[in-house]
Amino acid sequence: MIQAIIDWFGSPVGLSVLFSAVKILGVFSVLMFIVAYSVWVERKVSAAIQDRCGPNRVGIFGLLQPAADAIKSFLKEDFTPAHVRKTYYWLAPAIVMIPSLLTVAIIPFGSLIGNEKMIIADLNVGVLYTFGIVSLGVYGIVLAGYAARSKYPFIGGIRSSAQLISYEIAMGMSVIPLFLIAGGLDVQQLSAGWQSLLAGTSGLNLNRLVTWQAGNGWLICYAPISFVIFLAAMFAETNRMPFDMPECEQELAGGYNVEYSSMKFALFFMGEYASMTAAAALMTTLFLGGWSLPVAGLNQPATTIWIGLIHIGIFLAKVCFILFMVIWVRWMWPRFRYDQLMDLGWRRFIPLALANIVITAVVLWAKS
Amino acid sequence: MEEAQLMQYLPVLMLGALAVVFSFGMLVMSVVLGQKGKRPPVKDIPYECGMIPVGEGSTRLSLKFYLVAMLFILFDIEVVFLYPWAVIYREMLKESGGAILGAMLSFLGILLVGYLYAVKKRAFDWKS
Repeated sequence: MIQAIIDWFGSPVGLSVLFSAVKILGVFSVLMFIVAYSVWVERKVSAAIQDRCGPNRVGIFGLLQPAADAIKSFLKEDFTPAHVRKTYYWLAPAIVMIPSLLTVAIIPFGSLIGNEKMIIADLNVGVLYTFGIVSLGVYGIVLAGYAARSKYPFIGGIRSSAQLISYEIAMGMSVIPLFLIAGGLDVQQLSAGWQSLLAGTSGLNLNRLVTWQAGNGWLICYAPISFVIFLAAMFAETNRMPFDMPECEQELAGGYNVEYSSMKFALFFMGEYASMTAAAALMTTLFLGGWSLPVAGLNQPATTIWIGLIHIGIFLAKVCFILFMVIWVRWMWPRFRYDQLMDLGWRRFIPLALANIVITAVVLWAKS
Repeated sequence: MEEAQLMQYLPVLMLGALAVVFSFGMLVMSVVLGQKGKRPPVKDIPYECGMIPVGEGSTRLSLKFYLVAMLFILFDIEVVFLYPWAVIYREMLKESGGAILGAMLSFLGILLVGYLYAVKKRAFDWKS
């Protein structure tokens, strides 16, 4: 029996399952670490900006604060009010959390270590998978609002669902010029390292974008309008300031999560930070060259394990930079009013994104 | 080939299983570990900043939200159609010249007419 299991892990399928499991666990732990400590960074940064101290009691510089928060969430009373719709009430926090964990599956977080690609799933639907999964996050928020059977959460849930779906269109459209530009990639002319990195991928694969950016410069320089739209849509999709309509404390007492307590409340919070991290990772890959860096030959797929690890480090550094920027913006920008938010999404960004697509296509046509 | 395509999704399934176990594990853990408090009747009232709630919990909504949902479905499907076009665009330019551009411009043109109609009908006007 045990021998059979060992044999199975030696087979090609077993090996790929084993490698996938290692990568999944690695990505999951790093993601959870970033989620925990971006909350800490957020509190420290906000404290610094508002001239306060921030968390400084648990551990040095309050570094153990995330752990203390987690323990506190677990030990709080898990209260289910009598007026809620029980099933949905229980499902909603999980439905917010699951999609934000799933989105990271197709993001290349490094080049190669050995022959293993540093990406969880090399899907040939590529970026479409991400947009599909991101859409699912809306369900959790709508369900949370609906399940509470209470006015503030209901209004909050409906508002944020309208916000999320509105900005999803702009987000999806803003990415298309990138694929137009990077579509000219000729895999046959690339070196062997790239060939093994791109083996069996389709044009929608994110590693192709990274490859193109390594050869031609980051896409933020080629498609700045796309970058601006994507950035704004990212803030809206992850419910961050200045678009944090779902959680406008002053009007809705907190929005869709009012009736939640204990770990259920914390799951909404973690889901938000996890999707923020995933969006930052996506943005790094789409616009900022992913794991590549145009110095010291780091623009090539790794040939040694060390360079592979450095690539992962570069990727994480870029993600952390974007996260820091997102946190910073929160304390610098006032919140939009709801009609301004919808106006910006539907009447500014969608036409702008459409025009961006057409102009990019026409310029490429004129050049060819 | 088909099997290879399905095999791509195996890691996604594994990640999904981890995500499900993690999320529900957290929920169950907090029930097991959490304190058990008293249950006075006031705790079961919906939270409205201390006011006693009046009327139904699920209030009536502006029709605008339904409109947004419908428009979202229309436009989001268009976006999905644009991706395959974007991916093969430069290759097709070499082969067929401007035909691929014209094809998509006509598609986007029809989309634009629909969009302008929605704007004219004040579908995006949230002030009124």
